[in-house]
Amino acid sequence: MTLLRVTDRGLRCEAGGFHIDPWQPVDLAVITHAHGDHARWGSSAYLCSRECEVVLRTRLGASATITALDWGERLDLNGVHVSLHPAGHILGSAQVRVEHRGEVWVASGDYKTDPDPTCTPFELVRCHTFITESTFGLPIYRWPRERDVFAEIDAWWRANRDTGRASVLFGYALGKAQRLLAGLADSDVGPIYTHGAVERLTRDYRQSGVRLAETRYASDLPKGHDFKGSLIIAPPSAAGSTWLRRFGEVSTGFASGWMRVRGARRRRALDRGFVLSDHVDWPSLIAAVDGTGAERVWVTHGTREPLVRWLTERGIDAQAMAAQWKGEEDTDPVEAAGEEIVA
Amino acid sequence: MKRFAALFAAIDETMRTNEKVDAMTAYFASADPADAAWAVYFLSGGRPKRLIPVRRLAAWAMEEASIPDWLFEESYDAVGDLAETISLLLPDAGTTIDEPLHVWVEQRVLPLATQSEDDQRTTVIEAWRRLGGVERFLWNKLITGGFRVGVSQQFVVRALARASGLDEGSIAHRLSGQWQPRADSFVKLVSPETADAEISRPYPFFLAYPLEDPLDALGPASDWQAEWKWDGIRAQVIRRGGQTFVWSRGEELVTDRFPEISNAAAFLPDGTVLDGEIMPWKDDTPLPFAQLQRRIGRKTLGPKILAEVPVVLIVYDLLEVDGRDVRSEPLSWRRAALEEILNRARCAAFVPSPLIALDSWSDADAAYARARSMSAEGLMLKRRDAVYGVGRRKGGWWKWKVQPFTVDAVMIYAQPGHGRRASLHTDYTFALWDNGALVPFAKAYTGLTDVEIRELDAWIRRNTLEKFGPVRHVKPEHVFELGFEGIQVSPRHKSGVAVRFPRMLRWRTDKRPEDADTLETLRALMTKAT
Repeated sequence: MTLLRVTDRGLRCEAGGFHIDPWQPVDLAVITHAHGDHARWGSSAYLCSRECEVVLRTRLGASATITALDWGERLDLNGVHVSLHPAGHILGSAQVRVEHRGEVWVASGDYKTDPDPTCTPFELVRCHTFITESTFGLPIYRWPRERDVFAEIDAWWRANRDTGRASVLFGYALGKAQRLLAGLADSDVGPIYTHGAVERLTRDYRQSGVRLAETRYASDLPKGHDFKGSLIIAPPSAAGSTWLRRFGEVSTGFASGWMRVRGARRRRALDRGFVLSDHVDWPSLIAAVDGTGAERVWVTHGTREPLVRWLTERGIDAQAMAAQWKGEEDTDPVEAAGEEIVA
Repeated sequence: MKRFAALFAAIDETMRTNEKVDAMTAYFASADPADAAWAVYFLSGGRPKRLIPVRRLAAWAMEEASIPDWLFEESYDAVGDLAETISLLLPDAGTTIDEPLHVWVEQRVLPLATQSEDDQRTTVIEAWRRLGGVERFLWNKLITGGFRVGVSQQFVVRALARASGLDEGSIAHRLSGQWQPRADSFVKLVSPETADAEISRPYPFFLAYPLEDPLDALGPASDWQAEWKWDGIRAQVIRRGGQTFVWSRGEELVTDRFPEISNAAAFLPDGTVLDGEIMPWKDDTPLPFAQLQRRIGRKTLGPKILAEVPVVLIVYDLLEVDGRDVRSEPLSWRRAALEEILNRARCAAFVPSPLIALDSWSDADAAYARARSMSAEGLMLKRRDAVYGVGRRKGGWWKWKVQPFTVDAVMIYAQPGHGRRASLHTDYTFALWDNGALVPFAKAYTGLTDVEIRELDAWIRRNTLEKFGPVRHVKPEHVFELGFEGIQVSPRHKSGVAVRFPRMLRWRTDKRPEDADTLETLRALMTKAT
């Protein structure tokens, strides 16, 4: 039996007696990050990174039993060594390193290697078996530089302001929204407002010491407030909703890796797409797999087959892993918008 | 090229017509005429012939991006557009040097047509290495003859009108015919001298509302004129100042496309404007619309096609007599004057729209029942005292369309759509049972909601049996009620029949594939139709 295996409750470590991001309640759940598909309710005890704790608490409620580990801190569970290492996906996102009798596995959860001011950067961890995501597992996905994307957002917002419009920027409520606010921290175009789903998590980020642009909760403002020239950060599920009416004439944008493909933007009837993802693009994904030195790779999320084949052709024992994680960016943005993360 | 790419991006980015027009206006007002001329050409749907076979282009792209063919295929599958797939896969360009659009087109794109394969390869790869994101995508579109942009001709005309300070009619007129994308043509296009255009100007078309109430509610039948509703191309024929102009309802000048009509118009008195329907017509009978479609796309019309698919104008109305606008005269007056003019002109190409005798509403019911066998779409009811209005108005004219034919069919193939539907499977092929086998008979891509399309797309991806390029052969599982307007024998179709305007009316989730209709049922509808 392998050190980790997929059961009907999720990825399980038999020897250590725990699960990683289980989709059914278990005794001990090691959580990679607080997105809804990875951190589910109902387990007796949770283990997460120190950085993740505040947000996970918001998600799971006051009664959940949560133990936090520092980066790299080792925990011995029945002779299995467990430690958490930064995954760079969102605040507190961790890779789970599992070591037993000299054999090392790393379950990366969702990750990216590009810089992100809202979380600790990805750490490359050597291992024998690497479990990787492949949300954007095709070579068409290659991210532009973050500062170029923020320059585009800035120019778009400015142009909208100058024509007397509000700008509504959609981004996932946990992670992407705060990364946008961090990137806009020094912007002077106009006031920034948030949607309720974004607001709560934004407070958690601030509490964790992340520097974000100043924001106001849009619903706190009186009816008839003039939003011209402002920027509103909202989850994708707010697109097309009546909630948007209060902002008057708006231009809409969406910040997501999917925006790399023209059709994905056009069929959402958005004015602008900004290519900004919290997942690895193809070159970084290949580099990360190489860097781990893993002989065996399990692939989850998204389009798994091309990556499995690519790795297999390079002599790596790769296989697709069936998981019920359906990440915030896992499928098409249109579908993903339906399963918004609301704390 | 950068400015044109920026214009393309601006048009592509927004859903707002005004912004598209504004972006084009700004471009036309300031671009070099040599570039603007090409921009007009491309934005109006002009495209060089496909200069390089797609296969060849894909092969060079795979080499340049160092990826195997299977991964290229997977990528193409996710993107749904070859030009875009290639531009996304290639490594980022180094330093880009900007050169004007006309230089790119005239010195690089067009010469590809006569280059050897090796030279083509050098040209293409050099362009890829020099062009950034949107420009590279446009380059791929131009050399594959696939350039499309989300603006209609009407908006290009509007932008040119704004940029030049001229009215739209003048611009549309000047753009008609064999407009050449050259700097001097562009200068002429936007020059302030307008005398040439005044005389070509059409009137806005009057459009009918669908009939809502029972016939009795319209008052006495004697107040009404009934005609067949024809399924052709609505058009206005203008004879002024010794010249003829034929406008389609899309405000497009189609004078050259229908020589039968434009030649006959010379026999009309000066200062005459007719409103009617261009119909493929032979031996006093309408031909199927599909025949007319064979003519529509062609730039040059040979004697063969003119002989096979002659057209006439079924004349509905008279809008101008002796240069006088008569739209406010009652229909009864206009009809009488129309018949007089056509009698004097004696042209076979002008057929006064046949009137249906209407002594009582039961005559209308009877005619409606016969509409299909007349190859008509239904009936038009027009008040005898109605003026010729502007746009779609209730009250004066009603259209009473026959119900569509319907069958329940099984989806067997799916492929991605275009534009905003690229990378989503939106174009489906449907089949009917014939001796225990499913035989494809129609393609349809309209009628579903966005939610249904996405649901179906997800299902298609999971239930693909085989792939042929972008086309997926899917498990025969889903049944749809298809509606269509016409049906005719067609040896070119595997099923032996061709249907007109097929579209999905409903997703029959309540039906299993074995409940779908048979080809026999479809053939029986054909007997009913004729």
